[in-house]
Amino acid sequence: MTKFEIRGVRADVLIGAEEREEILKGVDLTINSGETHAIMGPNGSGKSTLAYAIAGHPKYEITAGEVLLDGENVLEMSVDERARAGLFLAMQYPVEVPGVSMSNFLRSSVTAVRGEAPKLRAFSKELQQAMGGLAIDSSFAARGVNEGFSGGEKKRHEILQLELLKPKIAILDETDSGLDVDALKVVSAGINRARETNDVGVMLITHYTRILNYVRPDYVHVFAGGRIAESGGPELADRLESEGYERFVKAGAGQ
Amino acid sequence: MASPNLGIREHSHGAGEIPISRLDVHGSFDPQSFPVPTGREEEWRFTPLRRLRGLHDGRTIADGVVGVEIQAPGEVRVERVDRDDPRVGASFLPNDRVSALAWDSFPQFGQANVITVPKGTEAGAPVFVKATGTTHGDAYGHLVVRAEPQSSATVVLEYAGSAVYADNVEFVVEDGASLTVVSLQDWDRDAVHVSHQFATVGRDARFRSFVVTLGGDLVRLSPSVRYVGTGGDAELHGLYYTGKGQHHEHRSLIDHNESNTRSRVEYKGALSGEDAHAVWIGDVIIGEGTSGTDSYEHNRNLVLTDGTRVDSVPNLEIFTGEVEGAGHASASGRLDDIHLFYLQSRGIPADEARRLVIRGFFQELINRIEVAELRERIMAEVEEKLASHE
Ligand SMILES: Nc1ncnc2c1ncn2[C@@H]1O[C@H](COP(=O)(O)OP(=O)(O)OP(=O)(O)O)[C@@H](O)[C@H]1O
Ligand SMILES: [Mg+2]
Repeated sequence: MTKFEIRGVRADVLIGAEEREEILKGVDLTINSGETHAIMGPNGSGKSTLAYAIAGHPKYEITAGEVLLDGENVLEMSVDERARAGLFLAMQYPVEVPGVSMSNFLRSSVTAVRGEAPKLRAFSKELQQAMGGLAIDSSFAARGVNEGFSGGEKKRHEILQLELLKPKIAILDETDSGLDVDALKVVSAGINRARETNDVGVMLITHYTRILNYVRPDYVHVFAGGRIAESGGPELADRLESEGYERFVKAGAGQ
Repeated sequence: MASPNLGIREHSHGAGEIPISRLDVHGSFDPQSFPVPTGREEEWRFTPLRRLRGLHDGRTIADGVVGVEIQAPGEVRVERVDRDDPRVGASFLPNDRVSALAWDSFPQFGQANVITVPKGTEAGAPVFVKATGTTHGDAYGHLVVRAEPQSSATVVLEYAGSAVYADNVEFVVEDGASLTVVSLQDWDRDAVHVSHQFATVGRDARFRSFVVTLGGDLVRLSPSVRYVGTGGDAELHGLYYTGKGQHHEHRSLIDHNESNTRSRVEYKGALSGEDAHAVWIGDVIIGEGTSGTDSYEHNRNLVLTDGTRVDSVPNLEIFTGEVEGAGHASASGRLDDIHLFYLQSRGIPADEARRLVIRGFFQELINRIEVAELRERIMAEVEEKLASHE
């Protein structure tokens, strides 16, 4: 049983050498293993900022508050330590790393997270199976990390990593954006496998209720103006779908 | 750092100012036609002349020893011939003083090596040419590789040991032939090497070069390509890892003097350590009256520590409106933070992430070398350098 706590987090985006801007204005959220929290909110409200700041992206800095994973201070950890502690971020825009092959990358990361190198044969079987489950062609293993992948292919590979790394807490930032109808089902099934087999706690950032039909959330939060503006059950998603964010944007406009 | 020039650029060369497009015309086998460089000349300004140990002024005491061994499959002819053999010096004119001095001096060290891939022959295995310096003094060499019409072969030049060495290498790729060259500068740390590699590419012929420079105190290598028929295709790939105190200079010249020719130049290097200095000069000329030229050149430098210096200068001279495509790019910088972040966000520790990205930077290029054992060796040596600079 894992408890992931975000308490009073404020964060800046680092723009230039001197320039920065506060984006997160006090975020509170607790996620327990097995729970799925959907985060919905207008463009530019800071959802990705929250995800990146928690992962330790060099362009963001948390200026106040704390992030705890089973009581451990995540913010004192380096980026890789956070991942090894059990945090995972599927990025809205996965990064291309030319020249580093996907298979080499996956083997290195699995080795790092599990603390020992998996047996070659067993790993290649595991990889093959995981790729098959996400309808990823085996030829991708030889390509550079995300290099020249289409938007949807990148998203599938993020979920491939989710399945291989078996984190305690997964933050999925718009994993559903840019997926065709079939891919959405395939990717949702991957997320659900991770929920069932590892009891992972999920923060699912999305703009669409469509994915929520496949990956049922336990809670839905509205993110606006750099904080959580309202929380509710799955029914809140439907209400947002029909009403939009107008009342939250207005409420947040003054700050 | 990178200052791309477009249009006619004057080079200072001897008495008069001439554009790079006239260099070959002004070549000469006589060292006396080239004044001793002072370091102010355009083509010498990046080279620390003192560290040439006399190769440029004509020390020619010839007290060094460099042995050359050649291993070739049966279908490839290997000969040692005198300088007056008609096949020697037929495809080039020295275009600087060191090249002319090497021409002048190599007979003191024996004969020229001539490797011939006969007409229509596909060499079943690579030809290995290994030059090993055993005595650190000045030494000179000359090599001719001829790929006769419709033949194909891979030649691996390997330089090792310790020497102060200047050589001219002629690659003659005749009509419809295909020649791949890997030139591995794997010298001991105190070696000095100035090399000119002249490729002549015939009609519909294909030349591919992989220059890998890892060793030496100073290596200055000038690969040039000239076309003698239409439809020629040349690719020059380069890789260097310039460590503490090393000077690695690569100066390519592609002369698109025929129509419908293609060239690609891609040089990539990493620098680490105090006073590591890498120079890349990429000259491309698209000649008057030609059409259908397709040319692109690219230099990338990965700066791994403080205290290094990169000079990267692409030059493109176009004398015709009928160009299919011509471009250049040059970029030097640190490892990308965001690349490292992505790898680390998957649990990979920072130093390993760095190594993966650097390895990846080189791997792209190394993977294109078709000789498997060489790929592994080069990667292993890059790894070794990586490890020693951390
Ligand atoms: N380098 C930057 N300079 C200025 N503003 C920035 C910079 N980087 C991010 N921001 C701003 O931070 C705000 C929050 O961005 P963020 O990506 O977190 O939004 P989001 O909620 O994920 O939006 P979306 O739904 O469109 O993905 C945006 O207004 C964005 O413009
Ligand atoms: Mg976003």
